[in-house]
Amino acid sequence: MTRKQVGELALTALLAWLVLYPIAILAIDAADLDAIRAFVRRPGEWGALWASFWISVASVVLAAAVGVPLAFLFEWLEFPGRRTLGSLIALPAVLPPFVGVIAFLFLYGESGFVARAVQALFGLEQSPWRLQGAGAILLVHTYSMYVYFYLFTRAGLAKLDWSMLEAAQALGAGRWTTLRRVTLPLIRPSLAGATLLVFMTALGSFSAPYVFGGGFRVMTTQIVASKLNGDLELATVETIVLALVAVGGLALLRRGEGDDVLVALGKGTAPRRRPIRQAGVRGLATAAGWLLALLLLLPHLTLGLVSLVPYGTWTTETLPPVVSLVNYERLFAEPARLEPLLNSWWMAAVSAGAAVALALAAGELLRRRSPAAWRHPIEALLALPWALPGTVFAIALAATFGVHSPLTLRWVLVGTVAILPLAYLVRNLPVTGRAILAGYRQIDPALEEAAASLGAGRWAAFRRVTLPLLKPALAAGGSLAFVAALGDFVTSIVLYTYDNRPISIEIMSSLRVSELGIAAAFGVILMLASALVLGVGARR
Amino acid sequence: MTAFLAVEGLAKQWAHTVTVGPVSFDIARGEIVALLGPSGSGKTTILRLLAGFETPDAGRIVVEGDEVSRMPPARRRFGMVFQHYALFPHLDVGENVAFGLRGLADPGRKAGEALKLVDLAGFERRKVQELSGGQQQRVALARALAPEPRVLLLDEPLSNLDPALRERTRRELRGLIQRVGITTLFVTHEQEEAFDLGDRVAVLNAGRLEQLGTPDELYERPASLFVATFVGRANVLRGPAARAFGGRDGEVVVVRPERLRFTDAGYPGVVRERRYTGPAAFFLVEGDDGARFEVQAEPDAARVGERVYVAASRMIGFAEPAP
Repeated sequence: MTRKQVGELALTALLAWLVLYPIAILAIDAADLDAIRAFVRRPGEWGALWASFWISVASVVLAAAVGVPLAFLFEWLEFPGRRTLGSLIALPAVLPPFVGVIAFLFLYGESGFVARAVQALFGLEQSPWRLQGAGAILLVHTYSMYVYFYLFTRAGLAKLDWSMLEAAQALGAGRWTTLRRVTLPLIRPSLAGATLLVFMTALGSFSAPYVFGGGFRVMTTQIVASKLNGDLELATVETIVLALVAVGGLALLRRGEGDDVLVALGKGTAPRRRPIRQAGVRGLATAAGWLLALLLLLPHLTLGLVSLVPYGTWTTETLPPVVSLVNYERLFAEPARLEPLLNSWWMAAVSAGAAVALALAAGELLRRRSPAAWRHPIEALLALPWALPGTVFAIALAATFGVHSPLTLRWVLVGTVAILPLAYLVRNLPVTGRAILAGYRQIDPALEEAAASLGAGRWAAFRRVTLPLLKPALAAGGSLAFVAALGDFVTSIVLYTYDNRPISIEIMSSLRVSELGIAAAFGVILMLASALVLGVGARR
Repeated sequence: MTAFLAVEGLAKQWAHTVTVGPVSFDIARGEIVALLGPSGSGKTTILRLLAGFETPDAGRIVVEGDEVSRMPPARRRFGMVFQHYALFPHLDVGENVAFGLRGLADPGRKAGEALKLVDLAGFERRKVQELSGGQQQRVALARALAPEPRVLLLDEPLSNLDPALRERTRRELRGLIQRVGITTLFVTHEQEEAFDLGDRVAVLNAGRLEQLGTPDELYERPASLFVATFVGRANVLRGPAARAFGGRDGEVVVVRPERLRFTDAGYPGVVRERRYTGPAAFFLVEGDDGARFEVQAEPDAARVGERVYVAASRMIGFAEPAP
């Protein structure tokens, strides 16, 4: 066995232990006849399963309905403010899911700004609506997930070979026929990619159903409820069912993606954007664009405003009467408040660092052209956590590392500070792995050979050539992992302990005791940190 | 000839069916040798084996009595210019050239000298992306030469340049290599390039070395039917036509088009096509027994449809190769 093979074996084993082993333990635990019987007999379980499914499908439809037309608008038409608006429109992406949900609560909730405004306007006794149930969940999903359709479609349109559309028109196809028979088929891979991403995200979504669900349960909230009720066996069965639905959905959608690669034969020429000619239409489009941007920015603004409201000063007024920075002062002055900030910070840093290190190891091992027997296992293991909702992994890790049995490689980590960074690491392997492996693929192997022929040994070539060239991929992979860990709620709520409670859990506790200002201040910090890290990560 | 670089029985098996070698040859100090062959003939593999990017299954590579066959590329002191140059995009021109000079005294001055050698003095702070194709090639050359390697390896050195630039670059490249006096091997699939740049040319086919010799030797005295047809234009004739031009029974005859001429009495045939190239024309003649071959002659030597008689001033006979 060569040194390289030993490395591959070790990495495969480590990844399998991190990613596959907990799922296997979960599957074994789920083979409990009583729990399976309980699951099958309760109508609530089937209801939650069905709800998870149709909410996911509806999220795809709604996100596509918003995101695809916007992508066409911004990619094909020219109007004042297009550039600025085009990037503003991706804003929901910098809002961690749980923070986004909280912002929606403050904005459109029963006692949110909009409800208060309507109430004041019409002099109503009570709040005009309650933001609850499937509709509320879908609203939040659409807001946060249309971005995928928007970005994927724009990327697909940008790569489109304009001469193909001209060819269609030269062959007598009208605008509508061209769209239907040429444009859409050509960008199908992008649409399929976005569909897959939205479906999987919606299926694993926890924050929105948790906060807005009320009596309306989906699988993720059902699982956490069972776990909190102490019915671990039932939670295990539910988790496995959700995992199966996720894997089934993934397989089905991947097949629909098709494997026919649509490559333009010639060099693609980017389409020229058509300016909108009529002044009236142009004005209207611009106004609509800015209005949309404002609508998209409202949750962020709301969060900022609520974070400035001191405790107990805002009761029935439409707008808060007092604003101050007192919440932020308390956040940093009170040790009990500062702690979650520091916890999230170090756990995100450690887990992102570990994910980068593992992805680098995989990249180094997979890069050589020699027959890499382990290529597929390593790549598959890195990608696997993406196929399963966060709740599934949280429950699986809780089951695996709640038992002390060193001979089967299980230690009690639940209840220690180690479990959350570990969970974040597993969850972030796909995104970090994908970014860094893609970075490796972009490096011409001749560059390393050139370094070798100039006298650089393996380590010197890695340090002087590979690492500098990987910098953008490392920054992207690392920052995405860091931001995801920083804002995590799904796995945290299952696995946190008081000693390492992260920001999202502290937000929830603050909400519970009606300290909205504190909760919002935490949210703002999370939002700014995410935007900052992503901005830095994207720049280099 | 004392061998500066000796390759002895070098072989590398890729799949069960694809084998390169065993190949043996010697190269003298300061000699320029071309590795010429069609794609898949193994020329690039031999270059990569020499550079150390592949490890041979058998055989030895010896430089100045120093066996390097299993030495990692970093310690071989072989300079390499890659087909697409492989310039480091994150480093500027000066840093690229100084890459192999780390640990040496005054790398900046040495890099400057190497750049001066390729006529790019003062280009140190330029970005490699800003350079033209020809300039990139010269930076790659300066980078390979700066650490003063024992052997220079070039992978298709001119294939990335546009045709108009190629001939001039070829002359400059030859002049530079001769000035430096470095032993050089380069890979090419173009005969003209191999002849123009190489002191000797190694013709490779299906992983085997068919012949290693000077351009004249390859053209006038090819060792095999493959070399005869791969190097230069060649008419391959069998049967009555072969005998008519002087071949023995059962022999395959190769005649260069410029070695054929129209005469009053000779092998009879009819001109089917005429291709005009300026100084001369190629006439496609169909012999009475059906053989087809090309004759190079004065542009007005014959007309299409004309009955002609052809004679050969020189031919090369080969035994019919086993199928």
